Amino acid sequence: MTRKRRRLYILLLCAIGLGTATALTLTAFQDNLVFFRSPSDIIAEAPPPGRNFRLGGLVEQGSVQRLTGQDGRPQITFRVTDGNNAIPVQFSGVLPDLFREGQGVVTLGQMGPGNIFMAREVLARHDENYMPPEVADALRRSGHWNPASGDPPPAGQWNTLEPRRQGS
Amino acid sequence: MSSTTAPRGMARLHMLANPGRFMRISGVVLPWLTAAALATLAIGMVWGLWLSPPDWQQGETVRIMYVHVPMAWLAMGAYTGLVALAVSSLVWRHPLADVAAREISPIGAMVTAMCLATGSLWGRPMWGTWWVWDARLTSVLVLFFLWVGHAALTRAFDDPDRGARMGAILALIGAVNIPIVKFSVDWWNTLHQPASVTRLDSPGLHVDILYPLLVNALGFTLAFMALALAATRAGLMERRVRALQLAAARKVDVAPGATP
Repeated sequence: MTRKRRRLYILLLCAIGLGTATALTLTAFQDNLVFFRSPSDIIAEAPPPGRNFRLGGLVEQGSVQRLTGQDGRPQITFRVTDGNNAIPVQFSGVLPDLFREGQGVVTLGQMGPGNIFMAREVLARHDENYMPPEVADALRRSGHWNPASGDPPPAGQWNTLEPRRQGS
Repeated sequence: MSSTTAPRGMARLHMLANPGRFMRISGVVLPWLTAAALATLAIGMVWGLWLSPPDWQQGETVRIMYVHVPMAWLAMGAYTGLVALAVSSLVWRHPLADVAAREISPIGAMVTAMCLATGSLWGRPMWGTWWVWDARLTSVLVLFFLWVGHAALTRAFDDPDRGARMGAILALIGAVNIPIVKFSVDWWNTLHQPASVTRLDSPGLHVDILYPLLVNALGFTLAFMALALAATRAGLMERRVRALQLAAARKVDVAPGATP
């Protein structure tokens, strides 16, 4: 009715239109917006040989092997898993400090011979949980969590834990 | 004014839009706000940088969080505030909203730049890279460009009202980026980890790390509000000086002898 009311409605209409357009665009580009692909994605739809892509997942428990390559440089092999499928990865270079079994990683490279992923770059991907070392130790000792097997238990179980008060 | 027909809560909000009243109230509030911000930040910094424990896997590097996360929250929260200012500027034509929006955008750009810089310093030792083009990092970079663009656009016109109108439209268009920043880590897979605090189940931080983070977030928010308030006051005074100068110039123009 008033001019203010009319301007408000026009603004709301524009917002709805813009929001819908953005949502449609983002849905259309869904596949291109992912930063990495999981082992299951790769097995379901193998990228063409020679194509660079990012493979992400957890470093499989017990799969890390540190070797020395033919050129004398340290070489590391491990398997990246998403729980259902795993892909062997080979990498020679410097690993981030957080690299360990059970840790999330994102690797960039291409599929090599024998379906081994030849990585040129390995990035560590950590989870969204933060806790003091004593709390992590307490969880490990009590058998609630093995860091090599993946993420910690639900935060409600440990985020108010006082390990010192439990008398180690 | 239609404030007599508006609901009482709205009327109170509109009352603040009167520049004279705003100057009076903000003059009283500003010293207290500044003191509260400094005190909270002092407590938060000592708690976060010295007294709080390191993280079990990230070690001392986790302390970057006490700056990075408040900056990220502020970058998004302040932009939401900018959107509210843009709406009240376009719908109700509040002159105060224009001044506040113009003054808030350089501070918002600075906060977003701090978020990006601290994130980069954190990413290098932990992830192994300064920067990747994943959805979270890219959308925050877009947010930074929106802040800088708003600051530049509002100052690009000779007529400040026109600049304010253009800035408000840009701010509203950029609003679509805010949910993208927030939910990018849930909608797509990213190198950046998902949210730790603002999620449905209990926060993924031990209380020894969570509490100093919340204190620092409060401190930085108060500091942002104090800066924004001081800048808006300065902007209003600037406008008043310009109006007085214009009036004086007009008086000289119409003075006898000066007529053509």
